[in-house]
Amino acid sequence: MLAKRIIPCLDVKDGRVVKGVNFVNLRDAGDPVELAEIYDREGADELVFLDISASHEGRETMVDVVRKTAGEISIPFTVGGGIRTVEDMKRMLRAGADKIGINTAAVVNPQLVADGSRWFGAQCIVVAIDGRWNAQWNDWEVYTHGGRTPTGIHVVQWAQEVERLGAGELLLTSMDADGTKDGFDIAMTAAVSKVTGIPVIASGGAGKKEHFADVFTQAGADAGLAATIFHYKEISIAEVKADARAKGVPIR
Amino acid sequence: MIVVVDYGMGNLHSVTQALKKIGAEPVVSDDPTLLAQATAIVLPGVGAFGDAMNNLREQGWIEPLKAAANSGKPFLGICLGMQLLGDTSEEHATPEEGDHAGLGIIPGKVVRFTHELKIPHMGWNELVWADPQQPLVQGIEEGHVYFVHSYHFVATEQTDVLATCDYGHPVTAMIGRGTVYGMQFHPEKSGDLGKQLLERFVALSAEIKF
Repeated sequence: MLAKRIIPCLDVKDGRVVKGVNFVNLRDAGDPVELAEIYDREGADELVFLDISASHEGRETMVDVVRKTAGEISIPFTVGGGIRTVEDMKRMLRAGADKIGINTAAVVNPQLVADGSRWFGAQCIVVAIDGRWNAQWNDWEVYTHGGRTPTGIHVVQWAQEVERLGAGELLLTSMDADGTKDGFDIAMTAAVSKVTGIPVIASGGAGKKEHFADVFTQAGADAGLAATIFHYKEISIAEVKADARAKGVPIR
Repeated sequence: MIVVVDYGMGNLHSVTQALKKIGAEPVVSDDPTLLAQATAIVLPGVGAFGDAMNNLREQGWIEPLKAAANSGKPFLGICLGMQLLGDTSEEHATPEEGDHAGLGIIPGKVVRFTHELKIPHMGWNELVWADPQQPLVQGIEEGHVYFVHSYHFVATEQTDVLATCDYGHPVTAMIGRGTVYGMQFHPEKSGDLGKQLLERFVALSAEIKF
């Protein structure tokens, strides 16, 4: 049976790992390649690198990080952040990334999803969606630019649209849950997972080991992603896996 | 010398690094004439079946690959590279042209998943050996490996299937016929088990005289 995946996320700026709490207050937590190796050894099923470098030089550094990481670890990893063109995707894939995450660029230019999927295969294209509850709509709204810009697009519709365009996976972050440590956004994750035929990675809100089993069993997520709790060793991947396994969730 | 076939389909960096790490000496090459000197061949691949066959054809790989496989040279197809070993694929097939033809080295067809489960079949799934005494898997413990695919291999002869995993139904995870093998998953992305299977392929290759 296909195992549910536990995925640590590393935010990388200018070649160093940082983590934003609610997307601000960055703290430095080390060398990305070293951390990636540690997570591989600890049983992470996959990794996500999010490049938040603002400069051209910073993004160049990311290509090196990807190349070094690909040579060291034996699990797949996704690279996102600052990817705007098929050429950007190609550089990261050539450097050794398994999948490419696109977020704002997909909203600005949906054709990028289709083109990436056509060139590299759907399995390489992860569309990241940052969603927040919109009380007026009584529905979730897609945000871009690191959660700063509301788009007027509904999350569930957008998920279906990018699937149609050729996305192979969704990385769904709840801005409401992110940083709270109160658990993943079960309602939003379930709403998306129910209507899409591609895997969904739930992100934002993990604070306890139980939260992962919850999002797998209650929301139908295929993977759970977290950063802070793993980086600061508040919870180990082994603990998360043991808890989920004990609850009957298929785990590697 | 293990030749890793570079025909413009996907990243070869990871599989090359994985081979180096286990002490093999992979040479990434876009030159089909090099196959004559190879002690083993690795055919990786990510992307669409039709594009892959077109690239192989345009770059002059098809006949040398078939000849090498038929001569008993150890051969490993990975992911799309395994699917290419089959006879046909219905991936992006058109009503006019029908299914794409494959290399036809191991009889079988590549078909799309038709069940209700999520596609791609993406993530870690558990291998089940068809025959635990088969030399490629003998003494290696069954476990999880990393899959990413939307089409799967249906072998004509069940005896060519070396391992399966369960995704709605048994899915062909490894095939083998003579010295030609295929892995639907990515051994280079599959932790210790993937490493053990690659090591075994390299070890078997070293023993084979052709």
